[in-house]
Order: sequence, then C-alpha cells, then structure tokens
Amino acid sequence: MKVRVKFFAILRERAGTSEVAKDIAEGSTVAELWRQLQKDYPKLDVPGIRLLYAVNQDYVTVDHQLKDQDEVVFIPPVSGG
Amino acid sequence: MFQVTNQPIELDKLVRFVIDPEAGAVATFIGTTRNNNEGRKVIALDYEGYAEMAEKELRRIGEDAKTKWPIFRMAITHRLGPVQIGEASVIIAVSSAHRDAAFAACRFAIEEIKKTVPIWKKEVFEGGEVWIGTQTGQRLNPS
Repeated sequence: MKVRVKFFAILRERAGTSEVAKDIAEGSTVAELWRQLQKDYPKLDVPGIRLLYAVNQDYVTVDHQLKDQDEVVFIPPVSGG
Repeated sequence: MFQVTNQPIELDKLVRFVIDPEAGAVATFIGTTRNNNEGRKVIALDYEGYAEMAEKELRRIGEDAKTKWPIFRMAITHRLGPVQIGEASVIIAVSSAHRDAAFAACRFAIEEIKKTVPIWKKEVFEGGEVWIGTQTGQRLNPS
C-alpha cells in the first residue's frame, strides 16, 4: 500500500523535501513507517527530538495501523503562538 | 472562525465576528513577536504550519472552551510565514455574557495553541536561526 508523508519545520529541512509517497507493507504502523523513512532520510534522526504523530489530520499513537492512501505527518515539538 | 493566514491579522475582523447582542464582554489576546529571546537579538520570526490540521485543532480548542465556560463565540487566527517584530502572530477573541468566562476561555485558548496546534516558529536572530522547541538550530556564523 501507499501512504503520503508530509514533512514540516525541522523535519522538512532534514528530509530536504516537504512531501513523499511511500510504499509500505499492509498493516504497517506509524512506528514502522518512521523506521523506514529514517533509512531513506538518515538526517531525520534528530537526537533527543520528541515527536507526535498525525494521520489524516488527527493525532494518533505510534502503534496506529496505517491504511492505503493515509496522510501521515510526524510532528516535531510545536511552537505556535 | 478558526483560520491560519499568510496575511497580517486584523483584530477588528475577529472582534466583529464574536460580538453578540447578548454578550456583555469580549476578551482578546494578541501574541506579538518580541525583539529578544533568551539573550538573543531577534530579527524576525518565520511560522510554518500544517494548515489543514492547524485549523482543525483551532476549531477543537473552540469546541472544548464552549464545554468549559458559557461563552458565545470564539475566533482565532494564526499567522504563517515571516512575521516582523511587533506584528501579531496570533489573535484570539471571545465573547460571553460576563467577563470571567471570556477571560478564562481566552487564556485557555492560547495555552492550548502552544501545546497542540501543528505550527512551528523559526527564530531568525543575529548570528543564526533556530526552530523553537526543537533545540537543534544551527548557528550560521559560529562565534
């Protein structure tokens, strides 16, 4: 299956792209997707960073199971306001 | 009215949106960019957002506030892109029958924005830039 990953802020800079389509195994979790992305983009491994996860614009936990065509975003510490 | 925008935010627009004939109070909060942070001389702030989700989270904050306090309407606009010193990065307006609810809901909204809304600010300061919250910025001119 295929998911769409969007990168923002420091992760966008580290990945060098703001969006990527990624093929992953059926039933993969957010954590598994993150491990695969770190292989594609080694710089995504920011020491000490605490991420949150969103699928289709809702916060999910790291063990959330992905579906085909999901939009996945790894959210670095937010700093709006 | 919950939105992100690349344009300067107009306070009047938000206040007009929340004013209600039954309201005796409108509280507003304006977050502005400061020219210093942790001893650094700040030149500008650059906001980036996951716009669709940010607006969804802002709406969620409005709904949560309504369950906590008897407010009539809330409006929040957060700016994205470069924001110069002294300009507004976020404005919140809330109306209620009496002042306590409006003040409390306004305070709640800004605290929640800082915790859950997917917006990030990059601080451009004299000598470098840093993504606030991530603590992994790079100095462009190491001294």
